[in-house]
Amino acid sequence: MTNALLTGADASTEVPLKRRLRRAERARQVKALALVAPLLVFLLFTFAGPIAGMLWRSVDDREVRQVLPQTVAALADWDGKDLPDEKAFAALASDVLAARAAGTIAIAAKRLNYALNGFRTILTSTARNLKVAPEPGTAKETLGKINPAWRERATWTTIKDAGGPVTGFYLLAALDLTRNADGAIVAAAPDQAIYRGLFARTFVISLSVTLLCLILGFPVAYLLATLPPGRSNLLMIFVLLPFWTSLLVRTCAWIVLLQSKGVVNDSLHWLGIIDEPLRLIYNRFGVCVAMTHVLLPFMILPLYSSMKAISPAYMRAAASLGAPPLTAFLRIYLPQTLPGVGAGSLLVFILALGYYITPALVGGAADQMISYFIALYTTETANWGLASALGAVLLLATLLLALVYGKLVQGQQVTGGMKN
Amino acid sequence: MEAGMVTPAPALVRFSGIQKTYDGEHLVVKNLDLDIRKGEFVTLLGPSGSGKTTTLMMLAGFEVPTHGEIYLGGRPIKNMPPHKRDIGMVFQNYALFPHLTIAENIAFPLSVRKTSKAEAQERVKSALRMIKMEGLAHRRPGQLSGGQQQRVALARALVFNPQLVLMDEPLGALDKRLREQMQLEIKQLHEKMGITVVYVTHDQSEALTMSDRIAVFNDGVVQQIDRPDALYEHPVNSFVAHFIGENNVLAGTVETVDKDYCRVALAGGGTVTARAVNVSGAGASTSLSVRPERIAIVPGGTASDGPNRLPAKVRNAIYLGDHALAVLDVAGNGEFMVKLQPGAHHELTPGESVFITFRPEDCLALDPV
Repeated sequence: MTNALLTGADASTEVPLKRRLRRAERARQVKALALVAPLLVFLLFTFAGPIAGMLWRSVDDREVRQVLPQTVAALADWDGKDLPDEKAFAALASDVLAARAAGTIAIAAKRLNYALNGFRTILTSTARNLKVAPEPGTAKETLGKINPAWRERATWTTIKDAGGPVTGFYLLAALDLTRNADGAIVAAAPDQAIYRGLFARTFVISLSVTLLCLILGFPVAYLLATLPPGRSNLLMIFVLLPFWTSLLVRTCAWIVLLQSKGVVNDSLHWLGIIDEPLRLIYNRFGVCVAMTHVLLPFMILPLYSSMKAISPAYMRAAASLGAPPLTAFLRIYLPQTLPGVGAGSLLVFILALGYYITPALVGGAADQMISYFIALYTTETANWGLASALGAVLLLATLLLALVYGKLVQGQQVTGGMKN
Repeated sequence: MEAGMVTPAPALVRFSGIQKTYDGEHLVVKNLDLDIRKGEFVTLLGPSGSGKTTTLMMLAGFEVPTHGEIYLGGRPIKNMPPHKRDIGMVFQNYALFPHLTIAENIAFPLSVRKTSKAEAQERVKSALRMIKMEGLAHRRPGQLSGGQQQRVALARALVFNPQLVLMDEPLGALDKRLREQMQLEIKQLHEKMGITVVYVTHDQSEALTMSDRIAVFNDGVVQQIDRPDALYEHPVNSFVAHFIGENNVLAGTVETVDKDYCRVALAGGGTVTARAVNVSGAGASTSLSVRPERIAIVPGGTASDGPNRLPAKVRNAIYLGDHALAVLDVAGNGEFMVKLQPGAHHELTPGESVFITFRPEDCLALDPV
């Protein structure tokens, strides 16, 4: 009797117990969500939204479709082997007339000119010379007379490719690739292939800055972690000082220091070490120095926190077990700082990848990084598609790096990194 | 050497006139002289701040003596860096390297000594067998319990056959049951391997359990170095009597001294006969020390019967499982404890007047506290 009662009670409470737990947890979850909600909304609008927009713009291709809708429709069935048929020519003539009336020719011309240099002229001259719609059946001949380019297959392929609504054109361009007249992906013409070199330069500068930060930051972090609290706090203030100064001010300070009549050159000249001023700025050297200075705290802080967690007992233990100081450092201390080294390096590297102001101010023409070109295409030439594509490639590279680092750190944590 | 002549085994470790100060004003260790023989298990026992850990750290090489010299195997080692001393050390928090596996941790002292791979592997294996953890060789320290980590630390300190092993409160972080088990294991290892151990602890029962000799530290000075039983039975001063084991203190004044014994008039009334251990003479004030288990409670009689018979008032009787404890009010000491047979506490009622008695040889007249 009591047994039956007990098992009955067990069976009936098992599900409600889970539900009760969920209900109890729900209040906590709602509260937690309410606390982060403002930030979440803010990030959605200022971070996730723009990034999604940028990614979309890198493949969005509706300009030609909007300006030349009939042509795009007529070319949909074209196999691209010969010139399109009369229908397509008639559609183009009709589109051009309508676009001229609406004043939208320039929009399509700009987009088509990205893909085929000189397309702007083809389209504007056609618009200018095509007064009335050609008689039915003569569109091909009329257009061919206005501009012989209409007799070429490549002209039509360009329109078909740009017909959208989405395209890989910008992304391919960002990687120095393009599609030839047959639609195959090929390397871009050498005079247009600049982005791979730019990405390589961006990575090389970021890597150099990361290495410089690591070399300069490691001993400082070690000192910070081992000094008595009073002195280490003072030193920490010096490390954090750059954070309290504007990035622009710090970069300009480097200009003052490093320019040919700057403090450094004048001092060296006065000391008689040099006769001619050294070229310290508007070159790679200046970029690396200024960026390293700006990014150093981002290296020191993660290093410091990982070193602070290493008990001095480990080094004592290593010494008592017979390890000379250098061996103990290399085999016991250094491996335990690796999570900090990884975090700091990744932070500095990723921040450096996106650097814009510092290279723009203290770098020469050959030291501009990818961000400079993204800004250029966004603000100067309004080529949003290419700017977005470059941004997307950069974002992808950064995400890949973060992923790799995440894997490394995870491995570290599963197999060790625990404190005792 | 002539036949039949017995020379004492030379000391493996010799502290000679060691002084240590950190701030240049206070001596943490005051003039320490201490010999440790090969194969001995010596414990440095004392309250925190007594200088015992500093002494150990000077021996390990992590602190440098301000004055004096330390000899290890006859060689002065004051200026020898720790990694050249060939001393194994077990730390309070184990200090196992978190990024290495158990096997790698134990192999570390061998690999820095460039021991051949095959031999290192063999020795790590036998070390793991010794601590009964063969199956856990590829775990990381963070995945082990405190007791297991302690065993690994022990194996790591022993695997390279150091001439000396130091242990700095190695069991402090373990719970009581595990601590007692580990005490026995360490003691067995010591006996089996014949290693020389210098052990630091503030736990007197740990020291009594494990040591061949105990050096009791207080205020930077070694108060007494002796075998555990001698320390307990024959403490040379009140500090040692109080620090080792339970102890009842009665304040009094020496009336007469007669060879090894003296008559002491208690501050709370009454006179007793005590062994004169550390008294300067008649008229000096003294602290009497009596162990709780050397006292008997007698229900009746008068104060004049026998040499050491004092009136007492029962305050409390406490049952403690394997024994019982009576808390009495004796000659002004309200926390006078007497150890009873279990069950005997039923015979006492709080407020009851009784008499206590103890033998003169169980009552030590020591320096006044």
